[in-house]
Amino acid sequence: MSRGEQRPQDFLGGLAAAARGMGVVIKQVFRPDVTERYPQQIDEPPPRSHIGRHLLNRYENGLEKCIGCELCAYACPADAIWVEGADNDPENPVSPGERHAKDYQINYLRCIMCGLCVEACPTRALTMTHAYEMAFTSREDAIFTKEQLLEPPLPLGTAPGTQEG
Amino acid sequence: MPVERIQGVHLGRTAAEAEEDVKKGVLLTSLDRAVSWARKQSMWPVTFGLACCAIEMMATGAADYDLSRWGMELFRASPRQADLMIVAGRVSQKMAPVLRTIYDQMPEPKWVISMGVCASAGGMFTNYAILQGVDTIVPVDIYVPGCPPKPEMLMYGILRLHEKVRTKGTVK
Repeated sequence: MSRGEQRPQDFLGGLAAAARGMGVVIKQVFRPDVTERYPQQIDEPPPRSHIGRHLLNRYENGLEKCIGCELCAYACPADAIWVEGADNDPENPVSPGERHAKDYQINYLRCIMCGLCVEACPTRALTMTHAYEMAFTSREDAIFTKEQLLEPPLPLGTAPGTQEG
Repeated sequence: MPVERIQGVHLGRTAAEAEEDVKKGVLLTSLDRAVSWARKQSMWPVTFGLACCAIEMMATGAADYDLSRWGMELFRASPRQADLMIVAGRVSQKMAPVLRTIYDQMPEPKWVISMGVCASAGGMFTNYAILQGVDTIVPVDIYVPGCPPKPEMLMYGILRLHEKVRTKGTVK
């Protein structure tokens, strides 16, 4: 209340003041709301944002881009990546070149999603998707193996559990 | 840090586990189902925001991503009136007994969501001052990754918890 106004002296004045206050509250009912109704309405994250699962990429001919150089594991500030490289079998190469990743794991309960591993990768084998719908019931479920990282992510809103039963 | 690879499941369930869940659902009586439905409909979280994840938890409760769509806007300060503990943030060694005390003061049934990587497994702080995962002192139902997890990620974790509560019976 401004300095010129006095507190309401009588009952009707008090009632009028309460009604003025309630008017401010009731006006909010008719304002449009800004709620994003996840999971029915999902806003795609900004294109350069790195929040979500990683993806190991392949070339068009099916060979993996990852050469097992371990630069991503070295760059990771949280020690979330484990890479073990091995030589390529000349008859059945996994990646073009001499070496490939024999074992590749990312622990999503350590990954802070900073994107430094994606910056470090020399072949752009590792990229980050926007598939952020991850929730685990045990620690072991959160360690994604190479096979899991190679498969393309589910689109947002289709992960198990988003359709409310 | 090398970890032994155990055959885990991508995003939750194999076909066998889903079938088992369906079987459990069929075995539950109507009363069990009603009680489980009621329990998941309005879980009240206890205020346990510790660090940066608390900001995202508050954002999830605010208008942009509303938690009251699931009846959870009421964060109770008293653990006696709450049934869900969302551990949001890194837990230091000093805070660990406090966390355990609050967990013990919550009445059954109670659930724990470990929000963010610091609460789940120590996150990027692999040192002696931070507890390497809150599941060392309390049983955790859902681990939500992220640093901090987007509000949608926390909501997805909450939806998974609701599903877990709804499909599991009240008989332990």
